[in-house]
Amino acid sequence: MSQVPVIEAKSLDLTFETNDGPVQALKDVNLAIGKGEFVSFIGPSGCGKTTFLRCIAALETPTGGELTVNGMTPEEARKARAYGYVFQAAGLYPWRTIAGNIKLPLEIMGFSRAEQEKRVKNVLELVDLEGFGKKYPWQLSGGMQQRASIARSLAFDADILLMDEPFGALDEIVRDHLNEELLKLWARTGKTIGFVTHSIPEAVYLSTKIVVMSPRPGRITDVIDSPLPKERPLDIRDSAQFLEIAHRVREGLRAGHAYD
Amino acid sequence: MINKIGPVLAVLAVIIGLWYLACMPMNIRLALDTAERQGAVITPEGRVNRQEHSAIGLVIKNPQHVAGIWSQKKPRLPAPHQVVAELWRTTMEVKPTSKRSLVLHGWVTLSATGLGFIIGSLSGVLLAIGIVHNRAMDMSVMPWAIASQTIPILAIAPMIIVVLASVGLQGLIPKALISAYLSFFPVVVGMVKGLRSPSHMDLDLMQTWSATRSQIFWKLRMPASAPYLFASLKIGVASSLVGTIVAELPAGGGQGLGARLLSGSYYGQTVQIWAALFATAILAAALVALIGGIEKGVLKRMGLAG
Repeated sequence: MSQVPVIEAKSLDLTFETNDGPVQALKDVNLAIGKGEFVSFIGPSGCGKTTFLRCIAALETPTGGELTVNGMTPEEARKARAYGYVFQAAGLYPWRTIAGNIKLPLEIMGFSRAEQEKRVKNVLELVDLEGFGKKYPWQLSGGMQQRASIARSLAFDADILLMDEPFGALDEIVRDHLNEELLKLWARTGKTIGFVTHSIPEAVYLSTKIVVMSPRPGRITDVIDSPLPKERPLDIRDSAQFLEIAHRVREGLRAGHAYD
Repeated sequence: MINKIGPVLAVLAVIIGLWYLACMPMNIRLALDTAERQGAVITPEGRVNRQEHSAIGLVIKNPQHVAGIWSQKKPRLPAPHQVVAELWRTTMEVKPTSKRSLVLHGWVTLSATGLGFIIGSLSGVLLAIGIVHNRAMDMSVMPWAIASQTIPILAIAPMIIVVLASVGLQGLIPKALISAYLSFFPVVVGMVKGLRSPSHMDLDLMQTWSATRSQIFWKLRMPASAPYLFASLKIGVASSLVGTIVAELPAGGGQGLGARLLSGSYYGQTVQIWAALFATAILAAALVALIGGIEKGVLKRMGLAG
């Protein structure tokens, strides 16, 4: 891993003011993510994993501490197109074709027509959706829609990919397949990926680093650097090493729960 | 389509049947008076003597005069075939320039409705855009828009006509304004809902691309509101027509379907009233169908009709 972290949080705090009083969503979060890492955030609902990802994307503003993305503030990083964001739902516009949806950020960012076409073709290949550009979202399965939304987030060449439970709404078979695809994509593009999930096998299978979080207040309880090799066939999930890491994640989650 | 026609025709047949039946008690007295004047023998004799008998009873006692019920010149309730004949005569047999022509009156009403609808829906869309983008407008415009619709249009229309006439505006414009007054409201309500229909996630996604407000508007809010817009345009166009008709009642000038309705009621020309009423209904149906057709085409092109 490289020396200069791509994403770095130092004693990050975030408190939401709600009608029932303040809610501490993040408390004293310290984390450094290096270039090219695949980092999963795992924990029960309310542990702040999504909130942390949203902070990186400048969709939420921390109330304390420091957060840098590529050495910039999250706001600046966003303007510099540092990251692509993938939500749990594909969020494709029903009135645009798949190609039209992928072009959307490119149009907004002011890419030329020819450049748009070229990039759409590239990313459609990258997610194995060649030939589906002219289809409308409703003509595609849920898994294919989510692949299209990943393609959309890749279209403008951001170095960082932030994914908020991108496969959470898909069935397990499709999810396994997309996990494999995502690893291949990661190997080919060398992007830094932040991945929120609440599936232990998914986190262990995908990540080079697993961040275990717990709720009330949202905080990090364990950071596990995965010793698994970069090349990961699906059946690696039956290996002793895999189960050992999964066990440690589970322990971390349980420790967090003992708090409340 | 075919399996829709059956039920529609069945309902239509029932309505027409009931209508003919309703003509019996409605028109029997008039029919018997006319027949008696022409020398027929009626039981009981004399108009005054019949007053204390029920209408149904009179029908039963004078079955030989039932036919007259459906052919009076100024019946209380005209029979369907009389209305159809009047419609045919005043659209097909009279010159379109004649002031008895429903084509002329229909055109006058249609042009005011069209102009009013355009003014109304444009201002509706603009108000909705303001409401969605400006918090002050969000708080202030809606209550007024709702209040505007609680005022009975029948009460305010003559005043608008009088006020506008005093500043020299007559004819098409005042009618169009009253028509716009009725049609902007459904468009505001539908458009506000439509422009706000994108989810938090859609908006967050736009934010991650640093989209500007105008980009969010044109690329997300506008297309997302299309289905809502068309739904409210359909209601709006029908309200527009009602507004024009109401405006034509006090406007005078003697032209337009509303004026036709009014003059019919002045002179007891019930057949004329019903014919104008049906012309209005047909016009409204045609306008709604037109918007529906445009909606289908646009949504299909947008890929939303799937």
